[in-house]
Amino acid sequence: MSKLYLDPNLIARARTAASDIADSLQSFILERTTVAVERTVLRLYGMDGVDADYVPLPNVVVDHLKEGGVLERGAATFVLNAVLQTGRTIQEIGEAVADGTLNLCELPLASLDEIRKKGIELATASLERIRANRAKRDEYLTRLGEGPQPYIYVIVATGNIYEDVVQAKAAARQGADIIAVIRSTGQSLIDYVPYGATTEGFGGTYATQENFKIMRAALDEVGEEIGRYIRLCNYCSGLCMPEIAAMGAIERLDVMLNDALYGILFRDINMQRTLVDQNFSRMINSFAGVIINTGEDNYLTTADAVEQAPSVLASQFINEQLALRSGLPEEQMGLGHAFEMSPDLEDGFLLELSQAQMAREIFPRAPLKYMPPTKHMTGNIFKGHVQDTLFNMVGVMTNQGIQLLGMMTEAIHTPLIHDRHIAIEAAKYVFKNMRNFGEEIEYKRDGKIVARAQEVLNDAAAKLEEIRDIGMLEAISRGMFADVKRTMTGGKGLHGVFMRAEDYWNPFETLLRAELGLEAMAR
Amino acid sequence: MSEAARYEPWKNRDMTHVRPYGDTFDDGVVQLSFSLPVPPGEEAAEAARQLVTQMGFVEPSVTHQHDLGEDFTFVVLYAKTKAAVDFTKIKVAKVDSPRMSFYEINEFIEENFGRKITIIGACTGTDAHTVGIDAIMNMKGYNGEYGLERYPMIDAYNLGAQVENEEMVAKAIELNADAILVSQVVTQKDVHIPNLAQLVELLEAEGLREKLILICGGPRIGHELALELGYDAGFGPGTLAPDVASYVVQEMMKRGLK
Repeated sequence: MSKLYLDPNLIARARTAASDIADSLQSFILERTTVAVERTVLRLYGMDGVDADYVPLPNVVVDHLKEGGVLERGAATFVLNAVLQTGRTIQEIGEAVADGTLNLCELPLASLDEIRKKGIELATASLERIRANRAKRDEYLTRLGEGPQPYIYVIVATGNIYEDVVQAKAAARQGADIIAVIRSTGQSLIDYVPYGATTEGFGGTYATQENFKIMRAALDEVGEEIGRYIRLCNYCSGLCMPEIAAMGAIERLDVMLNDALYGILFRDINMQRTLVDQNFSRMINSFAGVIINTGEDNYLTTADAVEQAPSVLASQFINEQLALRSGLPEEQMGLGHAFEMSPDLEDGFLLELSQAQMAREIFPRAPLKYMPPTKHMTGNIFKGHVQDTLFNMVGVMTNQGIQLLGMMTEAIHTPLIHDRHIAIEAAKYVFKNMRNFGEEIEYKRDGKIVARAQEVLNDAAAKLEEIRDIGMLEAISRGMFADVKRTMTGGKGLHGVFMRAEDYWNPFETLLRAELGLEAMAR
Repeated sequence: MSEAARYEPWKNRDMTHVRPYGDTFDDGVVQLSFSLPVPPGEEAAEAARQLVTQMGFVEPSVTHQHDLGEDFTFVVLYAKTKAAVDFTKIKVAKVDSPRMSFYEINEFIEENFGRKITIIGACTGTDAHTVGIDAIMNMKGYNGEYGLERYPMIDAYNLGAQVENEEMVAKAIELNADAILVSQVVTQKDVHIPNLAQLVELLEAEGLREKLILICGGPRIGHELALELGYDAGFGPGTLAPDVASYVVQEMMKRGLK
């Protein structure tokens, strides 16, 4: 029963429009591949390490195939062929290409049947390792348990992975359920994943596989001690989106920011590139049991939060439908939104509550990711603490899945070690003190909260139908999301997009389609 | 001592000796909080007291401590300071051109320059946080004030995030910019300082520095820092489009940049 008296027919209409939008994007996506997707295939096969110039081997090999003009057929065919022809491992083949002793494009090609048989065999083994990681997470969750929702999510961002570990463990002891390691500013725009443990970054720490491993071990250790599984979050976005998904699957990350629209609008990444990347990355996240977080909250930081509410909901609908097409179950869809209205607004709290409750009702099984006030944080830490408290109230009243805690020092600096403590202490107080408050209240049928939700849903449905008519890519280029305009061929990374050849082959995609029950959607 | 001086000492206060006010005039009370990399306990509290004593505070009192885990302790203290400043000698660099309205600025440009002026802006270097530059430049503006794109007499180009300084200079040349706005939000480990300084160097190398108005802004940016780095002005939090535009047009006039 809807507490907001939302019209189920209207929700169905919006969902149908979003589904049509996703279908038309999906046929666009399935005709293409990208350099990042191909590098991901190599990473999933276990190719790792860097050449003498610190270029990651997956980049070396993919660039080599691109120069040879064969990348549109998929990297797997040529690398697996080399395995058959030379008897070397995939890692050794990467190293040989890097030192210039092997040219993959000149090797005689074995029969495609043989190549594919070998490819599927090795890919199956890789996926078994990811399946084992997933089982290990389940084992931890059964044995250690976890905190109740909303999960308490905090960030660490020292730039030094070893110092991040200290702060992350402290935060876990203070009560955090999810630790996100913020990436170094600018990483989303570099077209390779840095290598090894890193100790310097700006505004965050580089996402590298070694850094993932170090933090995972630390959180497992502290989780054992305090008797609670601590989830690890990173950023599966930017030009290396699917590679980060693969690294996260291999190192057992639990939560990933994963939203193409965010990259398009706010990082000016080319839309073709990142939509193709997103599709494959979400398949990996889905299989690895990773909860994705989408970035709708960002619309509210750049544009007016009251006006943008229908855009947020429309985008959540689209993200839901795109995620379903990557096989992602609703339980892993951390659809995003935020508490970003101006504190000067009379009854702003009612509008925030309305939006959060509406999202809860429309996406009942999704662990919604709720973002704190940032835009209207001022440097007045005392007022900021109260703003965060109201945000926490809405979070617990509307059963949000993941509460990214606000820091009273937002707008000043990355959190000091006690800023996290103060935020966690306050959130735990509010969550516990008001745990079942949401169950106890109903909203006035002709009141402001109900009226607002209905209006937003109505506008979102209309917007989705308009987007369906003109097409998603056209809608983005008209600035229909967050007032930002992006074009089909603008932005970064377009040079890394390829039309798939007739005999294009991605063994992981093939296997994951079967695993995720997506075969009906393959072309 | 007169009655007034005894009971209302703030009325004729000595502006050459100003110190913090807690609840009694001239008490010098300060609230402090910080974390220490030691486990909690009596020793942690004493360490905190001794630290603030070394900082020059007196009568330190630890009102709260909390175990942060991993051998860290958060402490809250109150203490008093004997330090005082001479308020009559305080000098602060400020942008002092009067603020004009949207209409006044457009009129000013039309009357004095007889052409549209061009302003380009971006978040430069690795900074990806466009919230500040968007508030100043985007059509819609912020907090009830239109952004520069809305000004009929201003050609405003918001180049977005992570723009390299070289690209910024190239754009300035291409568009014949009258003013450049640089937004820097990420200031962790002072990453913004070399980035801001590099732009000045590039503009000087191109012989452009004197031909345009160069402005930086952001939550941790002030006018004084901007001047030190070779900018014409710096704008901090709370700045809106007319603040920046008023300064630009008046500074252009002053410098005879027509």
